[in-house]
Amino acid sequence: MAKKPVQKQEVDTTGHSWDGIEEFNNPLPKWWLYTLYVCIVWAIWYSIAYPAWPGIKSATAGYLGYSTRAEVAADIAEVEGRNAAINEKLASVELASIADDAELKGYATSAGAAVFKTWCAQCHGSGAAGAVGYPNLQDDDWLWGGSVEDIHLTLQHGIRSETDDDTRFSEMPAFGDDYLEDEQIASVVNYVMSLSGDAKDASLVEAGSVVFAEDCAACHAEDGTGDRAQGAPNLTDAIWLFGGDYDTLVETVTYSRKGVMPDWNERLTEAQIRAVATYVHQLGGGE
Amino acid sequence: MAILDKHAVLERNVTLLAIFAFLVVTIGGIVQIAPLFWLENTIEDVEGMRPYTPLELTGRDIYIREGCYVCHSQMIRPMRDEVERYGHYSLAAESQYDHPFQWGSKRTGPDLARVGGRYSDDWHVDHMRDPQSVVPESVMPKYGFLENKMIDGKYVGDLLSTHAFVGVPYTEEMIASAQADFTAQADPDSDYDGLIERYGEKVSVRNFDGAAGISEADALIAYLQMLGTLVDFSTFTADASR
Repeated sequence: MAKKPVQKQEVDTTGHSWDGIEEFNNPLPKWWLYTLYVCIVWAIWYSIAYPAWPGIKSATAGYLGYSTRAEVAADIAEVEGRNAAINEKLASVELASIADDAELKGYATSAGAAVFKTWCAQCHGSGAAGAVGYPNLQDDDWLWGGSVEDIHLTLQHGIRSETDDDTRFSEMPAFGDDYLEDEQIASVVNYVMSLSGDAKDASLVEAGSVVFAEDCAACHAEDGTGDRAQGAPNLTDAIWLFGGDYDTLVETVTYSRKGVMPDWNERLTEAQIRAVATYVHQLGGGE
Repeated sequence: MAILDKHAVLERNVTLLAIFAFLVVTIGGIVQIAPLFWLENTIEDVEGMRPYTPLELTGRDIYIREGCYVCHSQMIRPMRDEVERYGHYSLAAESQYDHPFQWGSKRTGPDLARVGGRYSDDWHVDHMRDPQSVVPESVMPKYGFLENKMIDGKYVGDLLSTHAFVGVPYTEEMIASAQADFTAQADPDSDYDGLIERYGEKVSVRNFDGAAGISEADALIAYLQMLGTLVDFSTFTADASR
């Protein structure tokens, strides 16, 4: 049987009764009630201060005029404002003179390192040591030139970039396509290997030198030291972008190689490009 | 009050309670959701947006199938650090032809909203085959098998009509020539004038994976290389009320 509540009758019951069970009508704790009222007032204030109420065409803009777009624009403008003077100087001085100005060089190197880690590290590695097919930027071997001007031009327009008409462009023919017979490729590969080390089959080197003089020397130079105007690599320095073993070289000569680097003049500002050029130039290989 | 006394009727009739609870939730939903469909500042129109080409749309399906969204988001938030790392913050309009959108909320890998044009096609091929060969710190699995799975776009027209059904403005002509456009985009030697005419000058026509035939890698790379490239931000003015 249901019992009456075992409390002295100091508070009323709610008047509800289910199967004889009744319920005291105790008031809410004061702290709880006032917190609720404060929250209600806060919500009203918030909906007036910030964008909230929908209308026919747009929502109320809010008394404070807050917008995430304006906030991020202000954030960016603040930092750009702080760096504006030095960025302007960086973008306007002679490229070669950046290294002579200690303050400018320090700024360009640190800013360039940040740009490099964001935009360049995925191909050239976070330490700029490159990967197979992506040049090492720490060594002295440069395909298109290692002066700060050359690096700057490469960064601006990229290499074989489809989206830039001024891009650095050259195309090694795929010599397997009716240019050379397999035996000629085998001999020229042996000759190329002999330029910086030992050939796989020394007896083919002499025949290879003839093929090289006829078909390769125009770009890679008669002595195999390459031509930076065409991005033709130096074949005598034992530094290989795609690999210097026999099989890889046969593949390279047969099908050719054409690495692509995007042009950065649309994504980065001139100051950023100069900063990263300075950073790459001072890594160790700069000329 | 008399009306409050009637409340007892609801408390005693479970069906009536369910009906009225549903009505209350419906009102809440209408108030929150409905204005988004007519407020002008939530449906910003941005120049440059176009529907995906058949090849890109196929690549997008592969992206979803392989669960790329589990680790990669496609939404650059309006914060300075994100804008500096990934580029201009994403606009709602840039997802207007995405069904479903790929915004995501978790980044194990980087955001991909503006990955298009950031790397060469060769890089994408190398990176799919063996991510650690180009980014030693990466934890991404290998996706080299995509290169071996050849596709012919036989059903890509149906895919386009499905998207047209949910509101993407694919024309009859686009749907009819879907398979031809699919093949043309992966072959720079093909006659791709129709493709350009239908989808615009900025469509890239290349052999994306560098190998003969159209593989899933071609489609995926075509999709990745266009991500975030449609809107020209040098001419875009942000409306602060949005």
